Amino acid sequence: METLIIQLLNGLVFSMLLFTMAAGLSLIFGQMDVINLAHGSFYLLGGYIGLTMVRRLGSFWLALVVAPLVVGALGLALEYFFLRRLYGRHRHLDQVLFTFGLALIAADLIRWNWGAYVESVPPPELLSGQIPVFTVQFPVYRLSLIAVGVTLALGLGLLLERTRIGAIIRAGVADAEMVSALGIDIHKVFAGVFALGVALAALAGVLGAPVLNLYPGLDFEILILTLVVVVVGGLGTLRGAFFGSLLIGMADTFGKAFLPEFALFLIFAVMAVVLLLRPSGLFGLEGT
Amino acid sequence: MAAITSRLARARVRLARRRTWWLAGLVLVALVYPYVVRPYQLSLAIEVLIFAIFAMSLDILLGYTGLVSFGHAAFFGLGAYLVAYTTLGVTNNLLVTLPVVVAGTALAALVAGFFAIRTSGIYFLMVTLAFAQMLFSIAIRWSSVTGGSDGLSGVARPAIGLGPLSYTFDSRTSFYYLVLAFFIFSWWFLRRVVDSPFGWALRGIRENEQRMLALGYNTFRYKMAAFVIAGVFAGVAGMLLTQFFRHAAPENLYWTTSGQVMIMLIVGGTGTLTGPVLGAAVIRLLPNYLSTYTDRWQTVLGLTFILFVLFAPRGIMGLWERFRQRGENREHSAD
Repeated sequence: METLIIQLLNGLVFSMLLFTMAAGLSLIFGQMDVINLAHGSFYLLGGYIGLTMVRRLGSFWLALVVAPLVVGALGLALEYFFLRRLYGRHRHLDQVLFTFGLALIAADLIRWNWGAYVESVPPPELLSGQIPVFTVQFPVYRLSLIAVGVTLALGLGLLLERTRIGAIIRAGVADAEMVSALGIDIHKVFAGVFALGVALAALAGVLGAPVLNLYPGLDFEILILTLVVVVVGGLGTLRGAFFGSLLIGMADTFGKAFLPEFALFLIFAVMAVVLLLRPSGLFGLEGT
Repeated sequence: MAAITSRLARARVRLARRRTWWLAGLVLVALVYPYVVRPYQLSLAIEVLIFAIFAMSLDILLGYTGLVSFGHAAFFGLGAYLVAYTTLGVTNNLLVTLPVVVAGTALAALVAGFFAIRTSGIYFLMVTLAFAQMLFSIAIRWSSVTGGSDGLSGVARPAIGLGPLSYTFDSRTSFYYLVLAFFIFSWWFLRRVVDSPFGWALRGIRENEQRMLALGYNTFRYKMAAFVIAGVFAGVAGMLLTQFFRHAAPENLYWTTSGQVMIMLIVGGTGTLTGPVLGAAVIRLLPNYLSTYTDRWQTVLGLTFILFVLFAPRGIMGLWERFRQRGENREHSAD
């Protein structure tokens, strides 16, 4: 029973990290029709920048703010100098390939700069230790991740549903050309959404570092799970990203706990079943 | 009118004859190659030929059918593990191992394709990538069967024949000829496939699947057939690499392997079958020369790839085509 509760909580923690990733990936796809295969690289880069800040300045909180800003700025530059050249329908494949090339370069440069070891990041002092939850002791930091994930989901939901910027973004998802015709600079919207998406990935990297550690190869582990989340949940919708994350986060955590050899197999089975029943995901728009 | 037709026909015959000469010359060079180079260069040639088979198989999917698979290493690695397992447990005889690899990868392609082909575009890309990573994770974790992260080593080079009339491809030179034979067969077979009505139906699906459906083609079956053919040839390439290095490694299934073959294809030029062969040569040989200058060859590889994507999306073949056309235009303006 106690293991069950612990695994349930761990599953929630992992789901929220996945959601932070999937929300960014899904936003970028919804807006620009780009599947960002470098999303895992931005996660890892964010995590490592956070690691360096924690080591040099000793402040986790500063890392939490700076890493997403730095990575977001990098995203802005990449969008402006490269990705922008590849918009338009016939270059769809090229965009994916471009982000894939980025992932390849990032993996190499990250290993070069930070080494090939497993690095662990301690959680901030304020959130260290454990508190009782039902009948078990659970780390405070992990509990706070659940709270952050839920807050983020609500915040992003409000941003998209209740603000003018959100309305523009939603309109862009529906028909970017029309938005552009209405006199809104769609390129600025694209750049902003891309920066926001990769900044979210970097945020997930810093948040996840104390739980998952940092090591080369984590970029693609996380990317694969995030892709599965958006396939299961449906691309381009926040709700799909949220419930997809819950499903895959739980399946992965329980799979690793009880069937360690076939954890990823279990996830693939979940994805296969969803694809059979609903080819465009649980909350996907029909025909995408 | 008749004169024009006969002139066209004669020109076509001349072109075909020129191509035959070219091919005959290339085959001749390939045949004497082991006797004029050092062992290391022979090894490189073996690797290039194996990866050329792998890259050509992906071209059937990506170049001709328009199915962007990011998990093609799944079949490459599966071929590797199947041949390692069969060789270690049963025999190194190709008459057994080859059918096992072909049947095994075809079956896996049928199962994976059954799910993946229902989806299209981005979803297809993600499902194939996830499938390959799933196999990778099984290879790493299920160590009692797969040898875990060490893989399976001590795989013997293949033999062929029965009883006393058998031959083992033990020496590097003999194995080179075996790989060359597989390469030439693959090239011939895949060329036949893409030039057949089936191959033109695949191009039709790439250009406009709705129209092909409206014309009464069962596009699901066509795509499935392409997926299986591509999977089997990738599996054979994986088999050859394992027999060459006597080792099946989880890296054979990893996304970097899928990525490498994708880069070979894009750099060479998709939808040409010749492009992937050139791409395999460039991408396989590049690290050997670069590693003298820098440790960051993966970065250089990534940059090369990005430059091709941005400025020459049709690869080396596209550049060559552009170069030749420019030459022709100059000739015409000179007239």
